[in-house]
Amino acid sequence: MKIDIILAGVGGQGILSIATIVGAAAIKRGMYMKQAEVHGMSQRGGDVQSHFRLSDQPIASDLIPLGKADMIISVEPMESLRYLPWLKKDGWLITNDQPFVNIPNYPDFDALKAELAKVQNCVAINADQIAKDLGSARSSNMVILGAASPYLQLPYEEIENAVRENFARKGEDIVNVNLACMKAGRELAEKK
Amino acid sequence: MSKALFLGDEAVAQAALDAGLSGVYAYPGTPSTEITEFIQNSKQGKAGEVHSIWAGNEKTAMESAIGMSYAGKRAMVCMKHVGLNVAADPFMNSSITGANGGLVVVVADDPSMHSSQDEQDSRYYAKFALIPCFEPSNQQEAYDITYYAFEMSEKFRTPVLIRLTTRLSHSRSGVERKAERPQNPLNVEKDPKQFILLPANARRHYRKLLDKQPEFENDSLNSPFNQYIDGADKSMGIIASGIAFNYLMENFEGGKCPYPVLKISQYPLPTKLIAKMVDECGKVLIAEEGYPFIEEQVRGVLNRTGNIMGRLSGELPRDGELNPNLVAKALGLPDTYGAPVPELVVPRPPALCVGCPHIDSYTALNKAMEKYGKGKVFSDIGCYTLGALPPYNAIYTTVDMGASITMAKGAADAGMSPCVAVIGDSTFTHSGMTSLLDAIYENTPITVLILDNSTTGMTGGQDSHALGVLGEICKGLGVKEDHIHRINPLKAHLDENVAIIEKELEYQGVSVIIPTRECIQTLSRRMKKQQAAKK
Repeated sequence: MKIDIILAGVGGQGILSIATIVGAAAIKRGMYMKQAEVHGMSQRGGDVQSHFRLSDQPIASDLIPLGKADMIISVEPMESLRYLPWLKKDGWLITNDQPFVNIPNYPDFDALKAELAKVQNCVAINADQIAKDLGSARSSNMVILGAASPYLQLPYEEIENAVRENFARKGEDIVNVNLACMKAGRELAEKK
Repeated sequence: MSKALFLGDEAVAQAALDAGLSGVYAYPGTPSTEITEFIQNSKQGKAGEVHSIWAGNEKTAMESAIGMSYAGKRAMVCMKHVGLNVAADPFMNSSITGANGGLVVVVADDPSMHSSQDEQDSRYYAKFALIPCFEPSNQQEAYDITYYAFEMSEKFRTPVLIRLTTRLSHSRSGVERKAERPQNPLNVEKDPKQFILLPANARRHYRKLLDKQPEFENDSLNSPFNQYIDGADKSMGIIASGIAFNYLMENFEGGKCPYPVLKISQYPLPTKLIAKMVDECGKVLIAEEGYPFIEEQVRGVLNRTGNIMGRLSGELPRDGELNPNLVAKALGLPDTYGAPVPELVVPRPPALCVGCPHIDSYTALNKAMEKYGKGKVFSDIGCYTLGALPPYNAIYTTVDMGASITMAKGAADAGMSPCVAVIGDSTFTHSGMTSLLDAIYENTPITVLILDNSTTGMTGGQDSHALGVLGEICKGLGVKEDHIHRINPLKAHLDENVAIIEKELEYQGVSVIIPTRECIQTLSRRMKKQQAAKK
C-alpha cells in the first residue's frame, strides 16, 4: 500500500496536526513515512503545503512528483486548487469550503465554488460550521481529516486512537470534541 | 531499536547528542533553527548538561565552538547558508588550527530561496577551507553522518562541515538511533602552538592541512555514504549527490535504475569512483541540489567531449531546487502533470500578523516620511522586511544582517537626506552595533529605528540578546541621550510617534528611535501558557 497526499492551507491553520495524526497511525502499522513541511517566511499568513507520503515500501523522494498525488487535503478552498498540478487524474480533493481571506484580491466565492465543482472527485464541506456547532471552532482541521478518512486506507479506529494520543495531554474534553469533529466530517463525506 | 520520527534538522541534533556533544552554538536562521531548538528541548539541554543558549551571531557561535574544541570537548555550530558568510573568518581559520575536541559545522542551504536572499552552496566553503564535507540524502543518513562526523573530526583533528538543504532539514521520517557516547572530559590542547596562528605557525599548520588532503579523499573513497551502484545499461552513468539521489530513485520503481549510479554524500570527491564511471559510460549526468559543484569539477573548463551533463549543460535548470520531475526530464523519461492551476488562484504572500507592532511603526514612519518622497528608508533582515510589500511600501533595501544602518550611512555620505535605517532588535545585536558605531564616529546624519519586539520573530520567537538593554547599548556606543527615544507603537500614540520621528529626521546627527512592543506571536503564546497554568 502506498498513499501520497498534499496537505494545503494558510500558515497557522494547522495542516501539520493532520499529518502528525495520520503519520502516528501509519507508523504504528510499521509503514514508511516521509513528510516535507514548510517552515519560515511562508508561515506568516502565506500559502503553506506539506508533502505527506506513506508506504509499506521504502520511500525515495521527500517531494511527491507532479500528477502523482492520491489526494489533496486542504483546510482552505483556494489553497486546495493551487496544488491541482500534483493530483493524479482519479485522485480525490477533500477541502474546507470556507475561504480564509487575508489578501485584497481574493477571488469571488461563487467562482471558487464553480472551480471546485469542476474537479472530478471533490468533497467540499463547511468544516468551520461543523466544528463551531460541535463547540470547538478551532477543530475544523479535524472535520477535514474525518472527511478524508474513508480514502486513507487505514482502519478508522487506528486514526481515532492517534487522535486520542495526540490530544491526550489537553484533557478528555478536548479529545472527545476532536473525535466528534472527525466523525462528523467522515459521516458527511460518506453521504456525498 | 524502534524508529523515531525526526525532521532532518532533528536527526542531526539527536545524533550530536548521542555522539557526546558538549555544546551547540548557533544563531537562528531558516532552515537550520530546529537543530538548536531540539537540543534546547532535550533532556540534556534542559538540564544544562549540554550548552545550547543562542549566540549573538554566527561568528561568535563559531568562535565559541572553536574554544570548546580547544578545551577538548565536542562542539557543533549551526547556521543557515548566509550565516556562514558572517562566520567565514573563524571558519576558514579553524581549518588551519584544526580541531581538538570534535568540531562539526552544520550549514543548511536554502536553494530556491524559500526564506533567503541567495542560494549559495556551502560545499564551496568546505572546499575553500580544505576540510571534509558531508551531504546527507535522507534523515537516517543525516543522523549517521552527524554521528560519524564527530568521530572523523577527532580522528583527523579537523573541523568537518555538514551541508543540509531545505527539503531535508524540514522533512520528517523514521530514524534509528545508535548507542549514546559519553561527553569528552576537559582535555585542553597539548600543543601550545596549535591555536596560535602567527604566520610561522600558520604556514606549518597549512602544510599539515594540505598533507591531510589525500587522507580525506581516501576516507571519501571508502565511505559508506558514497556508493557505486552498478547498472547494466552503460550508455549513461549518473552521479547524484545529497537529496538529488532520492529524486533520481523516485523515477525508478523499487529504486532499480538501469544505469550505473554514483551516490555522493561525502567530499572531497572520490576521484577513483568518478573516473570509473566516466571510463565505463559514454556520458554522465550529474544531479545535485544547489550549484553545479561536482559538475564543474568533473567537466573542467574545457569539457571538449561534451559528455558531462547537468545544470551547466542545460539538462537540469541552472538555478532553484530539483524535484523528481526535473530529474525525469533530464533522464528523458515522460514528465507527469496533473490539471493546471485554475486562473482565479492568486498568490498569497506572507504578511505581517494582525496586531503586529511593526504595522504601527511603519504607519508612523510613512507619515513622517511623506514630505521627503520615496527611496530613503533602508531596511534589514527580519519580519519587518515584509514592510517592502503593499500596503506599507515603506522600505527600499534589504541586503544582509546589519546593512540597514551602514547603507543609510553610505547614502548620507553621498549627500542623500534624510537617511533612515529600520532594523530589528535581534538583527541589531547580531550585526548592527558596529554599523551604528561607524555612524557615531563620524556623526553621520541618520535616523535609526530599532523595532524592538523583544524576540527573533521571523524564525519563530527565539530569545533576543537585546532584551531590555537596547537604550543602554546605544548610549554606551555614543548616541547622545536626548536623541534616543523609546516609543510605543500603538494606534493611540500615532500622532506623538510621528512628531518624534519628524523631529529626529531634521537632526543633523545620529538618532535612535526604539518602537517597543512585544511580538504578537510570542505574546499570545505566553498568554496561552499563563492561562493553562491557571487551570
